[in-house]
Amino acid sequence: MSTSKYETVIGLEVHVELHTKSKIFCGCSTEFGAPANTHTCPICLGHPGVLPVLNRQAVEYAMKAAMALNCTIADVSKFDRKNYFYPDSPKAYQISQYDKPIGENGWIDIEVDGKTKRIGITRLHLEEDAGKLTHVDGGYASLVDFNRVGTPLVEIVSEPDISSPEEARAYLEKLRAIMQYCEVSDVKMEEGSLRCDANISLRPYGQKELGTKAELKNMNSFRGVQRGLEYEQLRQADILDDGGQVVQETRRWDEAQGKTFSMRSKEEAHDYRYFPDPDLVTLHIDEAWKERIRATIPELPDARKARYTSEFNLPSYDAEVITSSKQLADLFEESLKYTKDAKSVANWIMGDLLGYLNSNGLELSDVQITGQGLGEMIGLIEKGTISSKIAKTVFKEMITSGKLPQQIVEEQGLVQISDEGAILAIVNEVIAANPASVEDYKAGKDKAIGFLVGQVMKLSKGKANPGLVNKLLVDALKR
Amino acid sequence: MTIHVKDVEHVAKLARLNLNAEEEQMFTEQLNAILQYAEKLNELNTDDVEPTTHVLHLSNVMREDEVRDSLPIEKVLLNAPDEEDGQIKVPAVLE
Repeated sequence: MSTSKYETVIGLEVHVELHTKSKIFCGCSTEFGAPANTHTCPICLGHPGVLPVLNRQAVEYAMKAAMALNCTIADVSKFDRKNYFYPDSPKAYQISQYDKPIGENGWIDIEVDGKTKRIGITRLHLEEDAGKLTHVDGGYASLVDFNRVGTPLVEIVSEPDISSPEEARAYLEKLRAIMQYCEVSDVKMEEGSLRCDANISLRPYGQKELGTKAELKNMNSFRGVQRGLEYEQLRQADILDDGGQVVQETRRWDEAQGKTFSMRSKEEAHDYRYFPDPDLVTLHIDEAWKERIRATIPELPDARKARYTSEFNLPSYDAEVITSSKQLADLFEESLKYTKDAKSVANWIMGDLLGYLNSNGLELSDVQITGQGLGEMIGLIEKGTISSKIAKTVFKEMITSGKLPQQIVEEQGLVQISDEGAILAIVNEVIAANPASVEDYKAGKDKAIGFLVGQVMKLSKGKANPGLVNKLLVDALKR
Repeated sequence: MTIHVKDVEHVAKLARLNLNAEEEQMFTEQLNAILQYAEKLNELNTDDVEPTTHVLHLSNVMREDEVRDSLPIEKVLLNAPDEEDGQIKVPAVLE
């Protein structure tokens, strides 16, 4: 079980659903979650004699995505038929692009272990999505929902520049962020608007030619992509260690079992006989059109990250985490209209906010917090109106109710107690109730003070000003 | 270019067609006759002609991104061999 002898070579094929209102070749809605087959028509059902007409918005989203990935945009692009029989495709072919994709020769930079690496992008092409199958009757029958057929997709193919499962995940996360910033897709892996297949092979260090690859499918989360590739890396290393040969095949990642399984596809299944689609005419993309689309590309994650480190002095790690999602970055910037303490905003976002979202399986759009709320809350801490501890309660309330911190503090009576007399009364009460700890402290056990401070905070329901508590307690114990 | 019986077998398999030996022979001959006929085009000098995939001088035919009515579900299912819960039911094809 060793991968140290081998160099891992990974290339990813990523499908991103473009969030147009209507399908790529007909006017059916692309809305997610509609009753089965209610978003279908003779065109997307592949009835004879119908003509597909290309959705301009889909082309422009694809151009925008390709530009954001630093691709060269084709002057001439066209559509081809990819032929195969499978119940998810009513026409028995998928309209895709073979030799003239929208974009080619792009790249993105990823960061792993503090090092930046450039991953090449071979191509980005436009195509239509297939339907959804549900296997029933103990696997003897399938139910077909054609709502998804014809949803516009871009397929983004990377160069085999990725050298580890960790890099694969970083690449995928960067790709998602870029698509999200460009607002061409919802890029939700759980809803299938971002999907990833991987080619992975191993070769002994120093060997020039690539080893035999396996194609990995069915990885439905970012973690799944990394885990699936880690498993496959070990599986192939084991085979090579034993002097065996890796079989070129498609393998399915089983998340529950944590293993990959051969899909035993028949060899001739991949003879797609591409040919130009006679129903669709050539696409000519002139400079004026390209420039018009280029002008719509917003500031992308890398640029924002660079700005956060220079303009707000954020550590590189913080800037990376916050810019990995457009919504987080927008929240961060909105907060800074209400406070100047960028590091503090970053800490609350990365700690309490992401912690809450992750542990509840939520996205930022599912919660109510606003940049104004977060910024003003930090202002209240700075002014001493609330303690950091109380702020955690306020923060939770903001997440669920969306109320502004001032209102929460007033409604729940959370204002910090900075009145010395009031705190001293509690201090004296605690000292009287805990003679053992007081003795410990006086005998030189400094740790005992922590317990006593904790008791005061508890009695004050967390509202006492911690600095004052400490000072008054020490003073009292000296007496 | 010449078509051989094994090419016909391959294409028939991809198209899920069951051909007997006699039919394979017949289609091989017919396909070769068609290709020979098309060979005539090679007699033309096309040095100054750009390759094209269409005979129409049309490009950039597009529609705006507008949602139109879909078919009512009853009509969608008219062609279905079988149905269940508004879905088309087919024998399982496992990849």
